[in-house]
Amino acid sequence: MYGGRYVPEVLMAPLEELEIAYAEARRDPAFQDELRQLLATYAGRPTPLYYARRLSESLGGARIYLKREDLLHTGAHKINNALGQALLARRMGKERIIAETGAGQHGVATATVCALFGLQCVVYMGEDDMRRQRLNVFRMRLLGARVAPVSTGSRTLKDAISEAMRDWVTNVSTTHYLLGSALGSDPYPAMVRDFHKVIGEETRRQVEAVEGRLPDRVIACVGGGSNAIGIFHAFLSDTEVKLIGVEAGGRGPELGQHAARFAGGAPGVLHGCYSYLLQDADGQVALTHSVSAGLDYASVGPEHAWLAEQGRATYVSATDQEALEAARLLCRVEGIIPALESAHAVVEAVRLAPRAPGEIFVVNLSGRGDKDIDIYRENLKELDSE
Amino acid sequence: MTRIGQLFERLKREDRKGLIAYLTAGDPTPDRTPSLVEALERGGADLVELGVPFSDPIADGPVIQHAGHRALSAGTTLRRVLEIASEIRRRSRIPLLLFTYLNPVLRYGLERLAADAAGAGIDGCLLTDASVEEAGAYVHAMRGAGLDTVFLAAPTSTPRRMRLVAEYSTGFVYLVSRTGVTGARETLSGSIEPLVTAMRSVTDLPLAVGFGISKPEHVAEVGKLADAVVVGSAIVSLIGQNAENASLEIQLESFVRELKHGLPAPRVVRS
Repeated sequence: MYGGRYVPEVLMAPLEELEIAYAEARRDPAFQDELRQLLATYAGRPTPLYYARRLSESLGGARIYLKREDLLHTGAHKINNALGQALLARRMGKERIIAETGAGQHGVATATVCALFGLQCVVYMGEDDMRRQRLNVFRMRLLGARVAPVSTGSRTLKDAISEAMRDWVTNVSTTHYLLGSALGSDPYPAMVRDFHKVIGEETRRQVEAVEGRLPDRVIACVGGGSNAIGIFHAFLSDTEVKLIGVEAGGRGPELGQHAARFAGGAPGVLHGCYSYLLQDADGQVALTHSVSAGLDYASVGPEHAWLAEQGRATYVSATDQEALEAARLLCRVEGIIPALESAHAVVEAVRLAPRAPGEIFVVNLSGRGDKDIDIYRENLKELDSE
Repeated sequence: MTRIGQLFERLKREDRKGLIAYLTAGDPTPDRTPSLVEALERGGADLVELGVPFSDPIADGPVIQHAGHRALSAGTTLRRVLEIASEIRRRSRIPLLLFTYLNPVLRYGLERLAADAAGAGIDGCLLTDASVEEAGAYVHAMRGAGLDTVFLAAPTSTPRRMRLVAEYSTGFVYLVSRTGVTGARETLSGSIEPLVTAMRSVTDLPLAVGFGISKPEHVAEVGKLADAVVVGSAIVSLIGQNAENASLEIQLESFVRELKHGLPAPRVVRS
């Protein structure tokens, strides 16, 4: 019941075409080989599973491992999906790629693969996010993409997706919409998950190799939810492994101040998909807030809605302040500057670890914090003055 | 049969083509909408689409996006649009089609909306982002209350999809003239004729064509092919530019009259 294909009729045939093309590519060993090769030699897979000894010892409880997606080319897990979809677009004969971006990580990954394959690239980005993530805007331009500012609505990720969908409706015959999260209409949520499920498959092997068993908890931040579904998927049938998604608690629980869909939302349709949605009593989509642009979205991937309903995964939230503090802790005790998105997952590990001696946690460190330096500077002013 | 069905029967009998006018209900204010609809009717609109504003209108271009924003800022909700319909219905028999996105309707409740819309004198409903595949419960609820469900067909629709759209539609089928969002265009799309022909081969339902039609010449051209022509953004744009102007209703009426004059005149029937 979650998911579906709630789009204008113009997009129905293209979605059917995409579904067929992806089903074929998925079964094609040549496609899978090429993708595997690129992930290994271009993106930098497999990523390490790192035992965060000083973090674990400072908390005095669980042994915390970090899945280092932040070490991938372009600085986040997003490249896994961008490579997969770019290969698919090339196979479908599409010469133009459009994408949306919030934090800019998916935009950078898309601009990167378009440069790699010689595809034309337009990235839609909310004006507020362009301001928050200036460095990534420049990075995309450097890679040859056009960044199209979106000035409608809240000028964040939600509006960037709306504008990308309007472009797709208009240019559907030449253009592939390289959607960046496990969101949107069928087949996107499952396809994006498939391109990221390598994260969990590697983690499972790596943790078994060092610990001789599966972890007790796997923790990931959830915006649209692509890094989370990517690491959760390999553990779904291991019911002893607790899966925890961390949403953006923003400034607090009032509607408009956060992006905690499971705490404050109700099922609804946005951007082609039925899932948990932050909305008002009249079905208008609510504004959201998070210090982290990548988590600042009113809806969530439909597979997370399903996992929440089944009770297979639980969803909690971390506030802006908690995320900033967790980031600072990770910097100091591990020498790792995390993306603000990933810092939300660290918060939950820090909360739970002291009460969980003997347990093994894996935190998906989905991205690195270079892009967030301006925000860290704004929020940690005491470090920025002499 | 709804007023929409009756309209198309009458058009056929009189050998006329219909003019369908869209406006965003609540723009500039909910209180103003009834008098704007009356102006559309005086100008010669045969059917009015009442757009219910939605926060994230992915199928709409800037003109209707801005109108939706104005309407939402003025406090427009689906419930309020139904009150507006009741008020229009007190003085007019013009067919009214609710035109919106799925989420406000889901939030209101399908069964409840069907009952309340029928009670308010609405004749049918079109949801831009409800594909036929996802529309079972919605169609069931609307039909149960005697309302028409209009679906869109597009230049990208495959023959299989056109048959599905025809199967789920009552009242008429709305053909999207081009791939793209709503908005006035200088020229007509070349997709219209093949789309009308393809749809005609799978259904006897009346066919209306919209998206990008803004001038009497466009109306004339499309009127030769389809049973009705929809004008939206050009009307919404006129409302947006003259919202403060007391003569808005008069301007609207004369603009619709010009559009209507574009429609092909009925053939003279010799007795």
